[in-house]
Amino acid sequence: MSIPSSVLAAGTARDVSPDIYPGVVAYIAIAGVVLLLMMLVGVVLRLAQAEWLPVPPDLFYEMMTAHGAGMVGIAGLAGAGIMWHFLSRHVRLNRGILIANLVSFLAGVLMILAAIFLGGFGGGWTFLYPLPATSGGAWEPGAAALYLGGLLVVGVGFLLFYLDAGRAIVAEYGTLGAALGWPILFGRPQARLPEPTVVASTMVTIVNTLGLVSGATVLAVSLINLATPSFVIDPLLAKNMIYFFGHVFINATIYMTVIALYEILPGYTGREWKASKPFLWGWTASTLMVLIAYPHHLLMDFVMPKWALILGQVASYTAGLPVLVVTAYGALTLVYRSGIRWDAASALLFLSMFGWAAGIVPAIVDATIMVNLVMHNTMWVPGHFHFYLLLGMTAMVFGFMYFLGRDGDSGESALDRVAVWVFAVGGLGFALIFLYSGKEGVPRRWAVHLPGWVAYDRLASLFALAVMAAVAVFTLRFLLRAPRLLAAR
Amino acid sequence: MLQDTVWLISVILMAAIAGVFLWVAAGAGQKADAEAMQPRAYRLRAGWFWLLVAVIAVATATTLSALPYPDRAPQTAARVIVRATSAQWAWTIEGPDLVVGKPVEFQVTSTDVNHGFGIYNPAMEMVAQTQAMPGYVNRLQLTFTAPGTYHILCLEYCGLAHHQMMTDLVVKPD
Repeated sequence: MSIPSSVLAAGTARDVSPDIYPGVVAYIAIAGVVLLLMMLVGVVLRLAQAEWLPVPPDLFYEMMTAHGAGMVGIAGLAGAGIMWHFLSRHVRLNRGILIANLVSFLAGVLMILAAIFLGGFGGGWTFLYPLPATSGGAWEPGAAALYLGGLLVVGVGFLLFYLDAGRAIVAEYGTLGAALGWPILFGRPQARLPEPTVVASTMVTIVNTLGLVSGATVLAVSLINLATPSFVIDPLLAKNMIYFFGHVFINATIYMTVIALYEILPGYTGREWKASKPFLWGWTASTLMVLIAYPHHLLMDFVMPKWALILGQVASYTAGLPVLVVTAYGALTLVYRSGIRWDAASALLFLSMFGWAAGIVPAIVDATIMVNLVMHNTMWVPGHFHFYLLLGMTAMVFGFMYFLGRDGDSGESALDRVAVWVFAVGGLGFALIFLYSGKEGVPRRWAVHLPGWVAYDRLASLFALAVMAAVAVFTLRFLLRAPRLLAAR
Repeated sequence: MLQDTVWLISVILMAAIAGVFLWVAAGAGQKADAEAMQPRAYRLRAGWFWLLVAVIAVATATTLSALPYPDRAPQTAARVIVRATSAQWAWTIEGPDLVVGKPVEFQVTSTDVNHGFGIYNPAMEMVAQTQAMPGYVNRLQLTFTAPGTYHILCLEYCGLAHHQMMTDLVVKPD
């Protein structure tokens, strides 16, 4: 549903959301609150490493597990909310499925929280087989089963969500290939041009369906292993399946939230963002690259087939191309001398594109086999993903929150503007210190740091506190506006 | 160290991207005709694409020319074999004395869960690593270039005392 540029006036945000479904408001409100809570957990972890807050190791690893699972899950929920909001303008999505996913998500979260904070489960969000069943006395198999079961419940909800999205896209466009624009790319230039939102949603539907099936499978066999320890699986196969699922799912979050840029930024600049041939090629390439790049998580598993590890590096390099050439470049040309009106929404969305584009650099660096040899599982790893998830993905979510919540007058104060700057500077400082610590060889996921590393942790804690303060402003602003959004329907 | 080079390259590239975004943001208040700019924008995009393709091609060729993965046949005659076995939460290192300049093959495995075998030099800079997996033996081949007390740190989260899973490794002068 692209609007001719002639009817768009720069400086006035086009209202692409005249009717906001309450389910979307619930998704985004819950996402804001959980993001804030999980940031608080993350800050506690950094304060503990900084020796500013006494946290016993067992509690540290439980909180680390909650932070990882919580952040990945809520990123998925926020992305799904944004995707549903815009995709529902192009295809007929099922509202019941949207709500079912939310209910399933909340039920799974309760199970996960109970497993962690009542059962003492601290196996890390990646539940790397056979750690859940081999805790060394730290937690009982029942707690591990509750955690894995909780993840499975969350995953099943998301799977329903994507199956419904796929059904609706196929009903409207005929095939998923048509929704990716393949007829246009392969000899039928007069074929229907899919909207950017539809293209992105189709890509995510494909990769996440495959990722979730892989994740659900390995969760199911891990549960069987917990119930029947004599039933074992190959640890390397389990590792491949877990990282395939985790890699695809977390990457898909940003490919969903970027829809907010495609839909919202044109309204601020008076320029269209249409799907062109390079755009379609880019998204088709991303579909493939996201699926085949996951072996970069296994570069230090020397028993893996060498070809798979080389593929992991090459696919990781090329996966950056569509982002840098299509989406980042597209955002820059959209904004360049456009007369854009800056407010919290447009500033956060523009920032998010920087976060994603710049975050690709340390990601690609880490996917280089020879670099991975001395960087894998150091702080460089959380450094790169905090860079593009915090400054990229969550910035997109917060931009969307401001966009949804605004009315004729944006109603923003100096506090919102300051919060955006604090978020940008704090997030950049936070991510860079992670990266620097990784360069210095500081391992990730250590409850207690050696004395030489504590200075980095202290600096990171200060930046993390600043980020959290900014996010508190973003979330509170949206929550205050949410009742009006619902009443306006 | 490779880490310093990698850090420097990353910071320069990220700063360059930040510079472009700041430059565009700074000029975004002015208004220009989008249609008139379009041909130039398309040309620039094509140039940007091919520049990235060239950079990726060169980086791929350069970085894949040397890989840490061992050959299929273990070269036991030429190398000192050291067995490194992990278990929650300790390392067992078995083998002859390590000497500077003498190639070593660490045969790394685990008896319970996944661990990470990370070797740090006396200055606590990481030298190399591989995963320690139950049911598999990862072979890490290395030649130490300086004597001293090296440190083995666990680099894969393995449970409650993951951060305590450290041991030392002495490398003697030639």
